[in-house]
Amino acid sequence: MSESTAKNPPVGGATHQPGSVGLVEPQTAHIDTPLLLDCGRRIEEYDLVYETYGELNARADNAVLICHALSGDHHAAGRHRPEDRKPGWWDTAIGPGKPIDTDRFFVVCVNNLGGCKGSTGPLSDNPETGRPYGPDFPILTVRDWVNSQHALMRRLGISRWAAVTGGSLGGMQVMQWAISYPEAIAHAVVIAAAPKLSAQNIAFNEVARQAIITDPDFHDGRYAEHGAIPRRGLMLARMLGHITYLSDDAMRAKFGRELRSGKVQYGFDVEFQVESYLRYQGTSFVDRFDANTYLLMTKALDYFDPAAEADDDLATALAPATARFLVVSFTSDWRFSPVRSKEIVRALLATGKSVSYAEVEAHQGHDAFLMPIPYYHQVLRGYFDNIARTMTEEGVE
Amino acid sequence: MNRPDWDIVTGWIREDARVLDLGCGDGALLRHLIAKRSVRGVGMEVDDERVARGVAADLNIIQADLDDGIRDWFGQHSFDYVLVSQTIQAIRRPERLLGEMLDIASEGIVTFPNMGYWRNRWQLGVQGMMPTTKALPNPWYNTPNIHLCTLRDFESLCEGLGIEILDRAVVDQNRRSSPLLRALPNWFGEHAIYRIRKRVV
Repeated sequence: MSESTAKNPPVGGATHQPGSVGLVEPQTAHIDTPLLLDCGRRIEEYDLVYETYGELNARADNAVLICHALSGDHHAAGRHRPEDRKPGWWDTAIGPGKPIDTDRFFVVCVNNLGGCKGSTGPLSDNPETGRPYGPDFPILTVRDWVNSQHALMRRLGISRWAAVTGGSLGGMQVMQWAISYPEAIAHAVVIAAAPKLSAQNIAFNEVARQAIITDPDFHDGRYAEHGAIPRRGLMLARMLGHITYLSDDAMRAKFGRELRSGKVQYGFDVEFQVESYLRYQGTSFVDRFDANTYLLMTKALDYFDPAAEADDDLATALAPATARFLVVSFTSDWRFSPVRSKEIVRALLATGKSVSYAEVEAHQGHDAFLMPIPYYHQVLRGYFDNIARTMTEEGVE
Repeated sequence: MNRPDWDIVTGWIREDARVLDLGCGDGALLRHLIAKRSVRGVGMEVDDERVARGVAADLNIIQADLDDGIRDWFGQHSFDYVLVSQTIQAIRRPERLLGEMLDIASEGIVTFPNMGYWRNRWQLGVQGMMPTTKALPNPWYNTPNIHLCTLRDFESLCEGLGIEILDRAVVDQNRRSSPLLRALPNWFGEHAIYRIRKRVV
């Protein structure tokens, strides 16, 4: 659901170091097949911005789709410019010799529809009015995203993903892929996810939304037309999000009660390091993210509930899936706790699906899914090695 | 490398059966059963390193602690066989695990080191020390084996739990059987292997 919050990202520095995909350039696919959305509306045509790493092989059977989380985008690995301070959001896992090895896999990551990084979304012009959609952009669901990603898959000449992978909201897309397009996904890697949000999760999203919507600069979502940005609201939403992505332990370890100036000032300025961190995360987020997109993404999270259409039985909902699954959770993740991953695993086991489950000991909270935790990456690597091996064997036959 | 109980376990399992291996380690027995019996297998294991090795070996591994119970994970009759190979003696509540096993599978297969084996009796009864043998290599102060039992102990627990013993085999470390072993299994069996199910009332 968030970018890495590591102060010193473990992978950083030069672009040509071993293990990096190096310099990458986003591409745009214009899809002119209309997309019928769950909300009943249609998008006649749309753009999807995506990045790819590695090479698609001749049989086109080595493609891996990476689905991003709430505030993520298509830039999952490498750098756009040599001077970029940070690489893509999952650079720890994607690259030559990394768990998702770009020497063997053709990795695709898409900015989801409704996003603010180039794919058609609230910032794009509404063809009906000639003005930006803003708040009029249709509300999207995880299934809508998966349908749009499926259109891109065909455009890329891929008929079946070797794996679809994602953490958090990305993991929900993976589950939806397995349900909606069983024939098009061989392996489903679902990380730090849940089969649906809990009331507590929805509550956090609602506070985030209210922070944005009640900002006087929000102007009912038409802030762009007013030359305004709901900075305070978006910043608060992000600050709240960050608290929930970290664990109590991680915050204690990272900040404790450390004071910026060494002693208390008896005022409301930033005093504790944790306040400084949150404000920094909040303000920097405002510069790179759109408030209407944030609202859309949180709604997609809230609505995701594949079991709702199957008498609230997740096993029935997952029954169409033929993919093999790897499910991973992190012990200190309280936003998408291991208990929620177990619900997924149990539902898969109940219908005799092929599934492995790893519960990774980690203190970083929900954000752990972005970290290069050795055991986590060992499991990912082992799993993807097997996928690569199956591809080779099938190719030999 | 096969452990002493594997051949017998393999012999008891039908082709294409659904098998759950509790405390599966790195999945070596599951791999063996997949190769020999084409079973559809799931392993349960708590240790990170072993889970990672099992996943890397293309097995279906669920990371969980058997001490937390297994009933949450699986529905009734999800498997044909549940195995607990050389693990039951390290479980906090073996009697609960046995009950849960036979809820989720029609048959259970349990193997454990026999505390009644003569060397163990000799070391404890005559030498007056906790036994350390090939089957029980750990010193008393640092061992996962907290619930050791003999054949008779196990059989009496089964009786109490309403569990029927369908088969019993005992072997020594070298997987040999002998007239002595067959005559006095609780003395000469180093490893016990049981096939069990719920007694039909």
